[in-house]
Amino acid sequence: MKRAFPVLSILSAAFLVYALYQALAVAPTDAMQGEVYRIIYYHVPSAWTAFLLFSINFVASVQYLASATPSRQSTARWIVIGVGVVGIIVTFLPQVQAQLKSAGMRPSAMATTVLLIPIFYFLIGKWFPGQRLDVLAVTSAEVGVVFCTVVLVTGPLWARPVWGIWWAPGDIRLTSTLVLWLIYVSYLVLRRFSSSAQTQMLAAALAVFGALDVPLVYFSIWFFRTQHPQPVIGGGGSMDPRMLHTLLISWMAWLCFAFLVCWSRFRLELLHREVEELHALESLAGGESAKASLPLQRSAR
Amino acid sequence: MSTSSSLWAVTVATLKKDIRLEWRSKDALNSMLFFSLLVVVIFSFSFDPLAEESRHIVGGLVWVAFLFAAVVALNQTWARELRNQVLDAYRVSPAPANALFLAKVLGNFIFVSVLEALMTPLFVIFYNLHVLGPAWQLIPLALLGTWALVVNGTFFAAMSLRTRNRELMLPLLLFPISIPALLGMVAGTTAVLTGDNPAHFYIVLLVTYDVVFTTASLALFETILHAE
Repeated sequence: MKRAFPVLSILSAAFLVYALYQALAVAPTDAMQGEVYRIIYYHVPSAWTAFLLFSINFVASVQYLASATPSRQSTARWIVIGVGVVGIIVTFLPQVQAQLKSAGMRPSAMATTVLLIPIFYFLIGKWFPGQRLDVLAVTSAEVGVVFCTVVLVTGPLWARPVWGIWWAPGDIRLTSTLVLWLIYVSYLVLRRFSSSAQTQMLAAALAVFGALDVPLVYFSIWFFRTQHPQPVIGGGGSMDPRMLHTLLISWMAWLCFAFLVCWSRFRLELLHREVEELHALESLAGGESAKASLPLQRSAR
Repeated sequence: MSTSSSLWAVTVATLKKDIRLEWRSKDALNSMLFFSLLVVVIFSFSFDPLAEESRHIVGGLVWVAFLFAAVVALNQTWARELRNQVLDAYRVSPAPANALFLAKVLGNFIFVSVLEALMTPLFVIFYNLHVLGPAWQLIPLALLGTWALVVNGTFFAAMSLRTRNRELMLPLLLFPISIPALLGMVAGTTAVLTGDNPAHFYIVLLVTYDVVFTTASLALFETILHAE
């Protein structure tokens, strides 16, 4: 860790510089929007990174809740496997295939994505046993909120010259991203204000509630918008391959950055908990050292 | 037979106890009533709309007033059980945790519904309301909306019991999660009041929300109650 971290930081900084160069100099200018559109290379990668981190948070929270009891663990496991199997079967139904093709998605890509859900679930459970699941949940929520903030700041900056307004209140993506941000901020507030031992269970339950809320928000605003048309991001449409290339490079660079930040935050949180545990053990063991380190509690007694 | 009947028996017993306590003290109901009365009066000073305009905004005003008032009641639900360690006694007893949760939700549902029934005439008077759409649809909207607020509110109130500043914590947790339900209630009420478009979609949305979050709360409440 100690040796790899600086090397990786330098590499990802270089990658970010390269992505910036690609975004500003190499990518072609947009025919409709001009140079303003180049903010896409920050806006969209941040959004994808934020959604990825929030889904990691959700999976880690479900795993953490499930790990409380063995019976719940097996139920959760079967549900996840069921989701994967049903999802794959559904993508190969002829009606669904026609729907997907008309929306511009390949059924095989959809099936692979669905298959990734159980794989993702089991890998996270394997790599992050016990308390590490909770540490992973905090880390991904914190970094995800940062990226989501970037999305919410760059969005209006882009919308003002292109749409003529800072914010479109009925737009589906804006509003659901904002609600997502609010939910995760309340998650972090809960973690900050909750007293030590039960926090992790409460936060995991809140994360599950938040994840259930997001599709409902999307669904409700989707109907809202179809009733009151609003200016929206041009749905569908194709992108210049050079632009897509730059966008993906930019996303990779930001993913490296996000990974590094998550990694160091993860280490920090683990160390923090180790220190807390040692303090607790020390005060349990009693003796002179405990008396010295806990003067407040003793005087309160 | 034994689990379902004991669930029901404990629910009814706890609900009866809560209603009796509330009937004798009237703490929650009085504070909610006075609070939402204040909200109505302040809103009517600050907006002073014509009858036509008020039809468009009153759906939002009503539900914001009820939401704030419900938080007042929800904060008191569990605080009552903390005195004399009732909640700890409940945790070690073999009674099902969900029975306690259901009783609290039903109790809060009754209190908030009573509040709504008392406050709605006041809104009609203050804002000169005249419903243009099918008025009966306001009843399912009100019932489903109240259930949505109360079921999540009771769950998050139990959650915020464990935090440092619990009175402040409840709205911070409850409001972001309640946004789709609030949107459904406000837009549905406005649709009925103005008669511009049908409110069916909002009723379906609220039913979905209620089913999803009631299930989630019942599945996770035991974990929250026993979280140590």
